Amino acid sequence: MTATQIPARVPTPTPTPVGYGSIPRKEDARFVRGRGSFVDDVQLPGMLYGAVLRSPYAHARIVSVDISAAEVHPKVRAVITGDMLDKRGMAWMPTLFGDVQAVLATDKVRFQGQEVAFVVAEDHYAARDALSLIEVEYEPLPALVDAKLALAPDAPLIRDDLDGRTDNHVFDWSAGNKAATDDAFATADVVAECEILYPRVHPAPMETCGAIASLDRVSGKLTVYATSQAPHAHRTMYAQVTGLPEHKIQIIAGDIGGGFGNKVAIYPAYVCAIVGSILTGCPVKWTEDRSENLMSTAFARDFHMHGEIAATSDGKILALRANVLADLGAFNGTAQPTKFPAGFFHMFTGSYDIAAAHCEVRSVHTNKAPGGVAYSCSFRIAEASYLLERMVDVLAHDLGMDPAQLRMRNLLRPEQFPYTCATGWEYDSGDYPTTLRLALEMAGYDELRREQAARREGGGDAPLMGIGLSFFTEAVGAGPRKMMDILGLGMADGAELRLHPTGKAVLRLSCMSQGQGHATTFAQIVSQELGISPDDIEVVEGDTDQTPFGLGTYGSRSTAVSGGAAVVVARKVRDRARIVAAAMLEALPDDLEWAEGRWQVKGVPSTGKAIAEIATAAHSGLELPEGVEGHLDATTVYNPPNLTYPYGAYVCVVDVDPGTGQVKVRRFVAVDDCGVRINPMIVEGQIHGGLADGVGMALMELMAFDANGNHLGASFMDYLLPTSMECPSWELGQTVSPSPHHPIGAKGIGESATVGSPAAVVNAVLDAIGVRHADMPLTPAHVWRAMQGRALRTDVALE
Amino acid sequence: MEISITVNGEDYRRDVEPRLLLVHLLRDKLRLTGTHWGCDTSNCGVCVVLLDGVPVKSCTVLAVMASGRQVRTVEGLERSDGLDPVQQGFIDRHGLQCGFCTSGMMMTARWLLDHNPDPSEREIREAISGQVCRCTGYENIVRSVRRAAELEAGS
Ligand code: FES
Ligand code: FES
Repeated sequence: MTATQIPARVPTPTPTPVGYGSIPRKEDARFVRGRGSFVDDVQLPGMLYGAVLRSPYAHARIVSVDISAAEVHPKVRAVITGDMLDKRGMAWMPTLFGDVQAVLATDKVRFQGQEVAFVVAEDHYAARDALSLIEVEYEPLPALVDAKLALAPDAPLIRDDLDGRTDNHVFDWSAGNKAATDDAFATADVVAECEILYPRVHPAPMETCGAIASLDRVSGKLTVYATSQAPHAHRTMYAQVTGLPEHKIQIIAGDIGGGFGNKVAIYPAYVCAIVGSILTGCPVKWTEDRSENLMSTAFARDFHMHGEIAATSDGKILALRANVLADLGAFNGTAQPTKFPAGFFHMFTGSYDIAAAHCEVRSVHTNKAPGGVAYSCSFRIAEASYLLERMVDVLAHDLGMDPAQLRMRNLLRPEQFPYTCATGWEYDSGDYPTTLRLALEMAGYDELRREQAARREGGGDAPLMGIGLSFFTEAVGAGPRKMMDILGLGMADGAELRLHPTGKAVLRLSCMSQGQGHATTFAQIVSQELGISPDDIEVVEGDTDQTPFGLGTYGSRSTAVSGGAAVVVARKVRDRARIVAAAMLEALPDDLEWAEGRWQVKGVPSTGKAIAEIATAAHSGLELPEGVEGHLDATTVYNPPNLTYPYGAYVCVVDVDPGTGQVKVRRFVAVDDCGVRINPMIVEGQIHGGLADGVGMALMELMAFDANGNHLGASFMDYLLPTSMECPSWELGQTVSPSPHHPIGAKGIGESATVGSPAAVVNAVLDAIGVRHADMPLTPAHVWRAMQGRALRTDVALE
Repeated sequence: MEISITVNGEDYRRDVEPRLLLVHLLRDKLRLTGTHWGCDTSNCGVCVVLLDGVPVKSCTVLAVMASGRQVRTVEGLERSDGLDPVQQGFIDRHGLQCGFCTSGMMMTARWLLDHNPDPSEREIREAISGQVCRCTGYENIVRSVRRAAELEAGS
């Protein structure tokens, strides 16, 4: 199976064909001309510019904030401090997980880069200048950097803002069957254990976060242009923070330059921009710089995991156990469904038939920025999948077994679906062995192993060759309302479809593209259902005044949830079109059939009426049956019956320089099964991007902290992202196991590769150097140390 | 300071602060927002424009340094008879997702093809190695530039 060919230029005016397929994207026309509309591109009349003064300390008491010099700067129009916000009851705001976070610090700063004051000025250079005129006196406090010390008796208390809080403990959470798991471990032939860190990383989209707040003092309407992956949820939250009525708040998310979970939360400076607009009566723009982005906005992961796996001596996995310490930073700003404080981590049995499993997650505060659930993690399945795929390799290492064989032996079998795993997830569909076999075949696995053996024989200074595998399963498309909400907002998505009298359509959705190509994919979904060209379907999203309510785009939920909504709403229109067509044909609706994109009298193609004709008739004076309204519009709310379960098998081949520890990714084979593919070209693009993430996290991306809580990865000089030189030419394959409960069998693909790829890269490097485990990122220095048997912690630089 | 600068063939005169960066001149003063800004350290390359025909990171050039010189930005790629082959190549091969790195990538690609009409995959990767894309994993950017070379050879 080879990668789908992307078609050559489709010359206009030939209409784009109806339905699914690799058609070019509707979005591209503006981007290739530099005509996108990102938030920083928006310029409103009279607009002012904000800048944030941030804490240089990770932990300090604020003694005083003197803004007098800044206030008299000729271009400064307002300076906002925590005390000023406090008087308006706005010094703190809710986080996405029911905690509170300081908008501007009043009592203490709790991480380096925390927001302390906000300047509004006539241009952004002046706003930045004025920051240096603000005098803040701090009384430095000891910083808590190492999560492992967070609960020590002498650990500094971070959240003394919360009544009754005496330590840095946030929550304990567990899932699975402890007794059954303990029993399986007690009697197993083999138990493999390992300490595994999934370090703190950052989604770092190329566009940083930003917002423009504009309050109309006459109408009382607040418009916020923002980098928002979840515009409707943001509107509700702004209503809560500001006290403004929700119908007077409009969020406009224009083009977004990548999100990856970085743009799900509301950040303090957005609120400051709103206050700035309230104070000045002018629109206030704030866009962060890169250091602000890396230091203060949603990081991801930071899971310290202890994994244990029990097996028979011939490699049948019996049970799995995990103990996790989660570093949430100074506030609990994790973004996931309320019932799941550790996200979906407990889907950690992954793709294998494991009878017993139990996990415990304990979380703590440290003096670091809040976040944790971001960077395409599928609500922490990234952490779960990495732990498991590393543990399987550790077991293979201990048993002296081939990791491909060990995986094949334990994969769920097709006849086990639908399958309920030990922690309660109901997997919808899959044929895992076929997918793994395809990946091994594409990679030429046996030949690679032979090459490796020959190289090892040869010895010398030649690069060390490593082959790494990973097989992941995700649960995406959150989620069924009964089980899933964020801040009390159920995770169902609305959709509205309107057919104009000429048969052209407008589809309004609640989700929000950040590059995923929604305008194209969702038009194709409706196209397939109604038999009209995607050219004739406009997709609207991002503007809360124009779109129905829904929870937004993250956790790979767009195709799974809003995609479901698009199908259902299109089918509603099609059903109504049947009644109209029946009236046109003077037949009964029951006598009609839908064939080749038209309603026709059963068996009589010549009677066929296309949607465009029917739309015209529906808006005309045509007499319709009693009780049937005219026009051809519909709305729906799609409440998914279950999550969808995309999966994939990855094989990575690396060469490691034994002298320097430098890793070169030679090949990467990825076979994904995301169910039905609507636009295969876009799907493959999503996979490519996620694979690069995996190379980045496994080898390069590092956000360590020193003993004082200084962020050591606060710019792109230190937080290294993969470039074209680190990435190989990806080799993709596919299998297709449609989801039985999704209306078109699609599962979602946005995060699969980011979730699945890091383990494959790490497994390959460790296979090359013959080391049982070492933590990411496997930079040359860390690889070299691991080769000397002296692997170091990668998350802290305490000396 | 008074500067005069030619951008996409149009002459502009502006009175600017000496510290104004070229990227901000383009975006905020001339309202050519197709050139983006993405980092503080000259690492990301979303700001790449052609200065006298050579790709530069416009966040590392002061507006005053560009005075008297020719700048070409993404807005200047399209030709009177249609899209530049580079633009068409990016559309044809899905070389962009969020579109944020795209302007810079295309400007570098334009320069590359002007000097090397038939670049290998390796040469393309080297040409864009100072620019970051978070969406595409580079694969389709490479294919897009190849596609542009083919379109150009064919036309
Ligand atoms: S803005 Fe990042 S290199 Fe210029
Ligand atoms: S397309 Fe999004 S950063 Fe390149």
